[in-house]
Amino acid sequence: MSSPQRQGISADLAIVTGLKSGDQRAMAELYDRYSSVVYSVALRVLGDTGAAEDVLQEVFLQLWRKPSAFDAARGSLGSWLSVITRNRAIDTLRKRRPETDIEDVVLSVAPDFAGDAERARAAEKARGVLGAMSPAQRSALEMAYWEGMSHSEIADRTGEPLGTIKTRIRAGLLALRKAFQT
Amino acid sequence: MTQHEQYAEDLALYALDALPGEERAKLDRHLSTCASCRLELEQLRADTALLALSAAAPRAPQRARQSLLDAVAHEPRIPVAVSQPALGRSWWAWLGWAATAAILIFAVSLWRENSALKQTLALAGSQAAESMQQLEDLRKIAAPLLEPAAQRMTLVAAKAPPQPQGKAFYLRNRGSLVFLASNMPALPPQKAYELWLIPASGAPVPAGMFKPDAHGSASVVNPPLPAGAEAKAFAVTVENEAGAATPTMPIVMVGAGE
Repeated sequence: MSSPQRQGISADLAIVTGLKSGDQRAMAELYDRYSSVVYSVALRVLGDTGAAEDVLQEVFLQLWRKPSAFDAARGSLGSWLSVITRNRAIDTLRKRRPETDIEDVVLSVAPDFAGDAERARAAEKARGVLGAMSPAQRSALEMAYWEGMSHSEIADRTGEPLGTIKTRIRAGLLALRKAFQT
Repeated sequence: MTQHEQYAEDLALYALDALPGEERAKLDRHLSTCASCRLELEQLRADTALLALSAAAPRAPQRARQSLLDAVAHEPRIPVAVSQPALGRSWWAWLGWAATAAILIFAVSLWRENSALKQTLALAGSQAAESMQQLEDLRKIAAPLLEPAAQRMTLVAAKAPPQPQGKAFYLRNRGSLVFLASNMPALPPQKAYELWLIPASGAPVPAGMFKPDAHGSASVVNPPLPAGAEAKAFAVTVENEAGAATPTMPIVMVGAGE
């Protein structure tokens, strides 16, 4: 674990501890540290700045109301927030009630991308992995992730078999994992 | 790679919230009984966080920050107590103290999770999955206290009485740590104690922040730690509340394996 990652985890812990004690300054710190992560994911899904702001506010307020939902021992706060945000934005996009409570979203320990420079490098790497995928695989993964489409909806749109879509989505995620393990 | 290959592809869809009703319910039932698939799901969720990185990173409008802080100001919350009451000082009393504190921590944790469950879980299958998760969490927290392989370390004050004391229960292979302290001196404003894992080689690793209660007691339960970190010792320093990446001298408590 690099020194910036240790600093990131330590800062995450301080923020969550502050939220648990009802400290509003911790909320400001949370916003300053992670608003660009949350906003960029919500905007990419929804394509509308107003709707993205609404999701941003909803996600941060959820954590304010229930800070114990994030288990600091499992995964980084930035990664967890990106997953929560994407799920909420997809729920908004598809006009459906949230299917997953935030307490149910558990990540294994993931790289910490709290710093702007570290996040920019990681983003470039992620885009590189996506760029190296076949167009069909990248498209299946992005339709599932950014549009919240089920595998059967993707199969209907692309005219490809369900099994092929499932395989492409999983292989795409594993390619990302492999790239960040090396 | 999960040992249940037949679920591997569905797990990826589940991690993306892209698995529809009946298939999701079927996988929920399997997840309630399969730890390896739950672990794979957690890893796949972490993989989706990598996908999120590919989004462009515009700044949110300044008004969004103020709007959020205004909303928070209208929702003040009662602080969540994290410290434990002080009990006896003898070694044997420590064991009871440790067990009592751990049970209290477990009880509060389970109570919170159960309250949330009552509101949110409609399906019996989902409830079973949550119960399994709670049991796993309980085992994880209890493991450093109960397993013979756990390292046990006593931390004592560098100077004479009154005697602050800390007990660290650390299970390296699971990265699980429970730290219990008593008779800790009160801290200056804006300061907190920080626990450090001292590895056999390399820099000290932050292992959680804590503040003692009015009796001088405190605890740290399962802070984020690097996987498999070997602990030569544990130490405590006084830091700013936000925590530090490297210890600020002096070390106020230190202890190696017993």
